Amino acid sequence: MKKSILTVAAFSVISLALAQTPEERGLEIAKAAELADEGFGSSSVELKMVLKNKNGQTSERTMTTRTLELTEDGDKSLIAFGSPKDVKGTATLTYTHKVGSDDQWLYLPSIKRVKRISSNNKSGPFVGSEFAYEDLSSQEVEKYTYKFLEAKGNLLLVEQDPVDPKSGYTRRIVTYNKDKGYRIEKVEFYDRKNALLKTLTYSDYKLYKNKFWRAATFNMVNHQSNKETLLKFSDYDFGVAFSEDDFSQVALQRAGK
Amino acid sequence: MNNRKVLGILCLIGFTYGFAQNDDSKKKVEHDLELEIETEYRYFFDPGQFEGQETHYPSLAFRPEYSASWNKGYESINAKGFFRLDRDDERTHWDIRELYYQKAKGNWELSVGLKKVYWGVIESNHLVDVINQTDAVETFDGEEKLGQPMVQFSWITDSFGTFDFFYLPYHRKRTFAGEEGRLRFGTVINQDDLGYESGAEQWRQDLAVRWKHYFGIFDIGLSHFYGNGREPLFLFEPSGAINSFYPVIHQSGLELQATHDAFLWKLESIYRHAEAQDFFALAAGLEYTFSNIDGNGLDIGILGEYLYDERDELALTALQNDVFFGSRIAFNDNADTSILIGGIADLESSSKIFSLEASRRFGSTWTVEAEARIFSTIDENELILSNFQDDSFLRIAISKYF
Repeated sequence: MKKSILTVAAFSVISLALAQTPEERGLEIAKAAELADEGFGSSSVELKMVLKNKNGQTSERTMTTRTLELTEDGDKSLIAFGSPKDVKGTATLTYTHKVGSDDQWLYLPSIKRVKRISSNNKSGPFVGSEFAYEDLSSQEVEKYTYKFLEAKGNLLLVEQDPVDPKSGYTRRIVTYNKDKGYRIEKVEFYDRKNALLKTLTYSDYKLYKNKFWRAATFNMVNHQSNKETLLKFSDYDFGVAFSEDDFSQVALQRAGK
Repeated sequence: MNNRKVLGILCLIGFTYGFAQNDDSKKKVEHDLELEIETEYRYFFDPGQFEGQETHYPSLAFRPEYSASWNKGYESINAKGFFRLDRDDERTHWDIRELYYQKAKGNWELSVGLKKVYWGVIESNHLVDVINQTDAVETFDGEEKLGQPMVQFSWITDSFGTFDFFYLPYHRKRTFAGEEGRLRFGTVINQDDLGYESGAEQWRQDLAVRWKHYFGIFDIGLSHFYGNGREPLFLFEPSGAINSFYPVIHQSGLELQATHDAFLWKLESIYRHAEAQDFFALAAGLEYTFSNIDGNGLDIGILGEYLYDERDELALTALQNDVFFGSRIAFNDNADTSILIGGIADLESSSKIFSLEASRRFGSTWTVEAEARIFSTIDENELILSNFQDDSFLRIAISKYF
């Protein structure tokens, strides 16, 4: 009996290697990427957003983002705006869920109000940028279905189809770097009509704590509107040991003030 | 604000600041200084109903802000001042909106000083929001508040939500328009003429508590306030004179919101008990947002709310049995352009109030705001609103941020 189990196990390993479907391979890569980034605990980062219109005119926003890694459910994050000055202190608190819609609260500093908001608007632009809300939310494996496309040396191309029908995309093509902890090098976004909408390129990668790759530059180019948004991250701090207490509605008000 | 009180608060803040500074580590202090200067022009379409009222009101306001935070932001001193210069002597006023020391540690947070706190979920009326006094000369919607002296202690639990305890040692009197001002009663109300039911007057030591939690799609808040009411009670005498005072009140409040897909279902309700008056008031409504309509970020939200107040015509807000309809349009563009249009209609009379608020940014440090309020076919029998029937206005404000 024992022997037959071993045989079956051996067979399935072989068949896995030989007959793994593109869907299985895609999921495997997404899981490997998630695993490679597991255990960062919490981080805090300063972020500068440069919005460029089709005529090349730019405007800037700054914000501070805190993230708390959770494994059983999705991450918690808190974003507080520093500029433009008229929106300084505006802050959002998001509890990502692996399944179902996220919980989100908005803090309006002028009247000191905390308002629960709908996280329904996935495809809308985040503060006028080329990043949609869904591009910036915590990337949980459960939020997509996968299909491995091809390998180009150490680069692995995987098609990801959003599970949520409210997503603004039919698919994304994500380029992983197998040799660098499965970090993402590029994402191509296809709109609901399956036309190429945007390309996001990650650059200026740095390795933190000998495990976590973080890009200092995200560049999102919208091919249909010719607008661009550049995200510049600085002062990545993995040293701060945030707890759940730093992601409460009380903490949201404190961050916004 | 009297100077003795300001001095007292400054001493208290200074003391806590000095005390906190002795705490050894994490010395790095981050300072932040900001200033907003606003020029405003209010134009009232009709001549005033009462003697002394003007039609053009140019105005200037200053909003300086300072904060110092240390201990990784877990401790801070926050200050926000306000000063306005206006044609109406009573609207020319200053205030310390905020001046408090705050410390957070683990699952609690403490604030000591002048602060502003907001409670509630409804857009067109703010029933539950009882901590701060309304700076009524500032805006018609009652969203501008005076700084309230307080000790606030927040206790955050994992499974039972957040508990807020407030000790409120001093009552601020509501501001009212002066003789030259608009949006006032026939008789000019002098702030200082209003007395108190309590023998301790403004020094009555008031208390409040609030519990806030969320369960899945539901956000709930329960609160109780015991102390000098923020809303004065007006007793209209046959001679035409108004006898008014701040009663001692018990007020229990409920806030409930269900957030489902793009729907926000809201309910806010209070029961207020005072020696001279008991009443119940309720506001319920919904907000639905069609998001990213054009694929370019355009959001259009629709709002509908029903407002009930048992005080009937004595309700200071004049929202005793009314419906509110509105639409919030956000362009989500570079300039954060947004528009809120709405109307409140009385279900028992012809009275209607229409409103429009729009704003956008220019460059990175300028904003422009436009606001209009139209009082339409106000019923002559409306005790409160009939005073405002000729007070439809347009307001333009330009702000520069430093």
